[in-house]
Parts: sequence; structure tokens; C-alpha cells
Amino acid sequence: MPIITASKTAPQYDAIVVGSGAAGGMAAYVLTRAGMKVLMLEAGRNYEPASETPMFQSNADAPLRGGSTPEKPNGFFDATVGGGWVVDGEPYVVQKKSDGAWVEGAVQNRTSTDQNFMWWRPRMLGGRTNHWGRVSLRMGDYDFKPRSRDGLGFDWPIGYKDVAPYYDKAEQVVGIYGEKAGIENAPDSDFFQPPPKPRGYEMLIRKSAEKLGIRVTAARMAILTRPLNGRAPCFYATSCGRGCSIGAAFQSTTALIPPAMATGNLDLITDAMVREITVGPDGKATGVHFVDKPTGKEMQVKAKVVLLGASSLESTRILMNSKSVLHPQGIGSSGGQLGRWLTDSTGGSLSGQVPAMENTPIYNEDGTSSFHTYAPWWPYADQLAGKLGFPRGYYIGWGGGRTMPGGSVYLPDGNVYGKKLKEDARRYYGSQVGFSARGEMVPNEKSWCELDPEKKDKWGIPVLRFHFEWSDYELKQAVHMQQTFAQLIEGMGGKVTGKVETDGRKIITAGGSVNHEMGTARMSATPKEGVVNSFGQVWDAPNVFAIDGAQFVSSPYKNPTLTIMALVWRSCEYLMGEMKKGNIG
Amino acid sequence: MNNDQITRRESLKRVIGLSIALSAAGMPAFANTPVRGIGTDPNLLKKEIPWPLVLTDAEMKTVKVLGDIMIPADENGPEASAVGVPDFINEWVSAPYEQQQGDLKVIRQGLAWLDAESQKRFSKKYADAAPEQQTAILDDIGKPGTDARKQAYTFFKLFRDRAAGGYYSTPAGWKAIGYVGNTPMAEFPGPPPEVLKHLGLA
Repeated sequence: MPIITASKTAPQYDAIVVGSGAAGGMAAYVLTRAGMKVLMLEAGRNYEPASETPMFQSNADAPLRGGSTPEKPNGFFDATVGGGWVVDGEPYVVQKKSDGAWVEGAVQNRTSTDQNFMWWRPRMLGGRTNHWGRVSLRMGDYDFKPRSRDGLGFDWPIGYKDVAPYYDKAEQVVGIYGEKAGIENAPDSDFFQPPPKPRGYEMLIRKSAEKLGIRVTAARMAILTRPLNGRAPCFYATSCGRGCSIGAAFQSTTALIPPAMATGNLDLITDAMVREITVGPDGKATGVHFVDKPTGKEMQVKAKVVLLGASSLESTRILMNSKSVLHPQGIGSSGGQLGRWLTDSTGGSLSGQVPAMENTPIYNEDGTSSFHTYAPWWPYADQLAGKLGFPRGYYIGWGGGRTMPGGSVYLPDGNVYGKKLKEDARRYYGSQVGFSARGEMVPNEKSWCELDPEKKDKWGIPVLRFHFEWSDYELKQAVHMQQTFAQLIEGMGGKVTGKVETDGRKIITAGGSVNHEMGTARMSATPKEGVVNSFGQVWDAPNVFAIDGAQFVSSPYKNPTLTIMALVWRSCEYLMGEMKKGNIG
Repeated sequence: MNNDQITRRESLKRVIGLSIALSAAGMPAFANTPVRGIGTDPNLLKKEIPWPLVLTDAEMKTVKVLGDIMIPADENGPEASAVGVPDFINEWVSAPYEQQQGDLKVIRQGLAWLDAESQKRFSKKYADAAPEQQTAILDDIGKPGTDARKQAYTFFKLFRDRAAGGYYSTPAGWKAIGYVGNTPMAEFPGPPPEVLKHLGLA
């Protein structure tokens, strides 16, 4: 992407957008196309999917057969730049569950870790959109009004009908495959692209699920199956986690930033680490102060409005660090809500082996590299009637079959070698299925973040410290996931690999480790109850917007990215209207 | 292995290997032997192994022989060494990460055990023993209750699983296991009739 250097900025922009992922990318897209002059600041390096993505490489083309390392926890080919769980020189502080000690976050296994929290941060243009799971689910009525429904958590000040038109707009730019299914609290879209056909094992899963009363429908993925805005459709090979050189799998770097750049209204600076939002004597933002990483120079840029899309927690960190006379605890802190109500999706997984799938006739089942079908949450009625013992749901996705072989091969007999090993490898290859779920957490008092009293990153910017606890609701939900997975596997005539865990504490993922951090600058109907209004506008500073997952009030089982993009669009329309009226800028 | 068989080059490699192990354990490594991992922003289009390879020539000889016994040529594909499995094993155990450093220990001890066992039984190193002698030792490892199993099963299983992973992740390995993907398609056709029939879905 063409970038400018930090010394070449214009004296004043209409808007500064911090971050270049789902939120920042969409903000730049909407604002520049409406004629606004925008400066985008990205803390990571420039990144070019067209030239950097390993398409078609085998795992033998990677060190260690592409396996996970502390430096590339998701494997060599994963698109993440900068480390993920650990970013050199930019620590965060977590608490050890065993002894309560505060330590720097390290590379951990998400289910066995002693850390209370994990935080994934790529340092690259496009952020996590380069390697995300692409699951794109609309939140429904129940998701916006959970407290009204079951008395727990909090309602959003907006409902599905407020966001639906913006889902429509965002989906037409993102490109999502799916099918209309009319499922409770899983709103359909008029803009679905045709879904790919289910794979063989997915058809077996469907049969098993139906026996349990679980409805299976086409997955909803931000992967093109038809051309869109100059982006090519999927050619059903190579993993989306590597990024996509042809732009079929949605990435901010191929779908949002290029068209924004083409307007001529976007300036982009990469390796720009924002220190704080600067404010004038009236408490309104005047721009931002950032560190130009290549030179280490402190830079200031000015704009009429600042939009934070740096990722939920980085955006909150910037707000907290933006201290001034009128904002002594940072911008957005006057209601005492900044940093509170931190949530993550719950996650669960279990795999099994299915004898019926052994020796399946050979065929190519790569597909889109994500699931082609999925099961949205089904027992809403039983749950509301209190029969499940936990209040919120999850969806189930799956994988399996004959995926590209990596560094390990399924060999159930630990003693075989030689000719028999080769026969077994061929027989059992593709006979495994793995289930995974993403569920909703109810926000609680014990999960929040604050600035660490001492620690700073290598730029001298105070870092975040995390408090995080799951409640019994999530632990019970995690056990329910396990039981459901086991039933699905057994319903396929399969056998669970390993143990079906009945202790939620042993199976629950570490907070943050699902990569769905939400909350900490939530929206609210009144300034006392939250940090931003229903348009992401900070109550304390009307020309500052927190437009990413930080503003989420609840954390539905719907992965947050699509909703973030819809909300960004809504925020941008509102803010341009306010600017026109002279209320901002 | 006797000490007099270690060449100067090999002993240097071992020193570096030790410094890797120390640095992976969070202890100070020897000065001036910085060992790099792949880093957090490698070129994904180019395979580069930045760490020195630590297995000795003698160890590599056993690795090759053992790998080919475990994964021999058959009608679906060549033997392990034909697709670079021994080099992969060396690349793996030489890597400066905790998991791989643990594997290095197991593999090294296992290779030495194989030679000692073969010397004891056949007065030859493992790589020089006759094929039926080589498999006799592996078969004993596979039998519950044997001394061989007690001493070498962890090594056997680790070596076997790494070798299989290294083998089947190559294009020749894909053919041997029955993977026919990684090729562009205009549409995803779904499973063909014979697959539906096999799965009981037809």
C-alpha cells in the first residue's frame, strides 16, 4: 500500500483513524468515499497480501513443517506479523491464577495456561483481518437486549433494527457466503453469496446433529464465492489463515484500504504508535500524538475528529493514556466505566475418529478452508425455561476430513512401523472430525483492565493490566459444549479422542485467548452508564469515537467482526451528519 | 558413541547445541553464539532454517536407516529419505525452542540406545546390522513388558511420529496418503457419488 512518511502529513485532517483492521479499515472506506480527508495510523508495518501471501506452498516449504513456534504460535504460514501473544518491547500484564502474581503476558496454550488473560496483537496493516476466522454472523434481537430477556448483563441502547441497514451495507462490501435459514435469533441477509456445498463429513455431522435436534445450515463466512468489487472468488485451495493474495477471503488490506486509497482522500502512515489523543483547553480532541517507530520521533497530527479502531483494548489504552486537566483519568473516564466489562467469547473443542470415514474414496475436500456448514445455538426455549443451568448460547463449527497434511499424521496404533504404518496412514487419513464452539460470556465485575501503575512499553507508553474471571455461567456452558461434541461424535458412530471434560475450569479457554475481546468502553443510553453513546461517540469528548469492539455491551456468540464493521458504518454516517450540522469539528 | 569418533566440527556443533538448550531454558547462552529462531516476521515465501543443525554424521546415518525402515517405499510412494525426512528430523531437533530441545534429548538418547542395543545383540552398530536384526529390535520395542520397550518406546514413538509428519507433508507424501487438494477449482463440487455411497449417504 502506498504510505506516506510521518514528516509528510497535512496540517489538518477531517479525521484521524487509529488502526487499519476491521474498524479502522471500514471507517477509512466510508469516510474517504464520502469526501473526507483522512489520516490512518497503523502501529504495525506495511503489508501487501498480493506479494507476501504463501499460496499453494506445502508444509514442507516451511521450517518445522509449518508447525507452531513461540514466534509464530499459529504456525509458520499464519499471516500474523509481530508475534501475536507477545509483541517485542510492548508487554501487557496479567495475573497468574495459581498464586495471584502479576507477570508479563507470555506465549501460552489457551487451555492449559496459568495466565488469567491472553492478548493477540498483530503489528501489520490490516491487523487481525489478515488471518481471522471469517465467521460473519449478525447479532439478533436477543443479543442486543439480553438483560430484558433473562435479567443478566446489560441491554444495548440500540436494537437489531437500528443496525440491520448497516449490516446490509457492510455485507455488500465484505462479501459473505451463506443461506437464508429463518433460524431464531440468527438474522438472515439479502446479500449472501452462494455457499459452497458441504463436504462428505459435514453431511455425516448434519445427520448426527439432526438426531439431537440441532439444526445445521450453511456457514456464514467472509469468503467470496462470486466476484465482488474487483476481488476474485475463492478457488478452494490454501488456508485462509495465510491471508489471501487474490482477495477472496476478506481482509481490510484487500477489500477496504485499496478503495479508500483510490479516492485520493486517504493518507496512511504505518509503524505509527499512538501515545495519546491531544486535547484543547475546551477538552475536545485536537488530534493525536504518536511515535514514529522507524525514527523514534514524537509526532503530532491534527484533525477535527479522532476515531479509535486500534482493537478493543488498544483503543481503551489510548483513551486511558490521554490524560489532561479536563480528563485527569483519561478521555471517557468520567462515568467510572472505562476499562470495565471486559469480555471474550468462550471457546471449546473436542475431536473424534469415525470408522465410517476410514478408507473414503479419494477426493479433494479442501473447499474454502473453513467450515461450509455450522450449527447456530438451538435450545433457546429450554434455556429460557432454566433447563440448561446457564444463560447464554454458542455455535458449533467443525473441521476434519482430508486437509493438507501438516507435521503430524493420525496413527491410532502406537506400535506400527514400516509397510503397516503406510497402510494405516492411508486408511485413517481424513477419518477424524474436530468440533469447536464460540459462546457468549456475561460481563462481570471481576473482568476489567487498567493501566499498570509502573510498567511502560519501549516507547514509554503505560501498558495495560488485566483482571479476568469466568463465572459459573461460562464454566457450565463449556461443559455443555463438551457433552454436545461427544454426542455429535458418537452419533456419527465415532469415538471421542481423549477425555470428555466435566470440569469447566479444566476446559475453559483463558480470557482473551479466543481473540474476541469486547467491552471496556461500552456504549450506553446515559453518560453515567458507559463511555460512548450509541454511535460510538465518547460522552466526554464529542469529537472522539471508539468504533471497535470496545463499545460492545454484550458479547454474543456471534463473532464480533461483522458487527464492528456495521457499527462503524453507522458511526461514520452519524459523525458526518454532525459535522455538516456544525456540531463536531 | 565413542568420544574419539566426534570430530572437531561435530563437537563445535554440540557446543552450539548446548548454548541453544541453555537459551531456550531462559539461561544465559554462551557469548557470541547468538542462535536465531524464525522470528516474528519471516519471509513466508522462502524457507530458511536460521539455526545450525546439531546431529552428527554418525547420528544422521542411523536417522536415515531408521526412517527408511519405518517408512519404506511401496506402491504409493518412496521411502522416507527420498523426500528429505532425515534432514527434516535434524532441522526439527536442532530448533532453538523448548519443545524441539526436549525432542533432541529423546532422539539423541534413543539413537545411542539403538546402537548400544545392536552392539550388545549383534556386535554391530544399528545402521550396519542386517535388516532382520534391525526390525527385531523395533519389534521388541513394540512388545509390552520388554526391556526394549521400557527404555526406548518414548524415542520410538517420537521418532516415528516426526518421521511420518515429515514424510506426509511433502507432495510425494500427499500422494502416498491420498491427499489430492491444493489445486485451484472453479467451483467446489462436493463429494462424488462413490464417497456418498461409502459414507452411507447415497
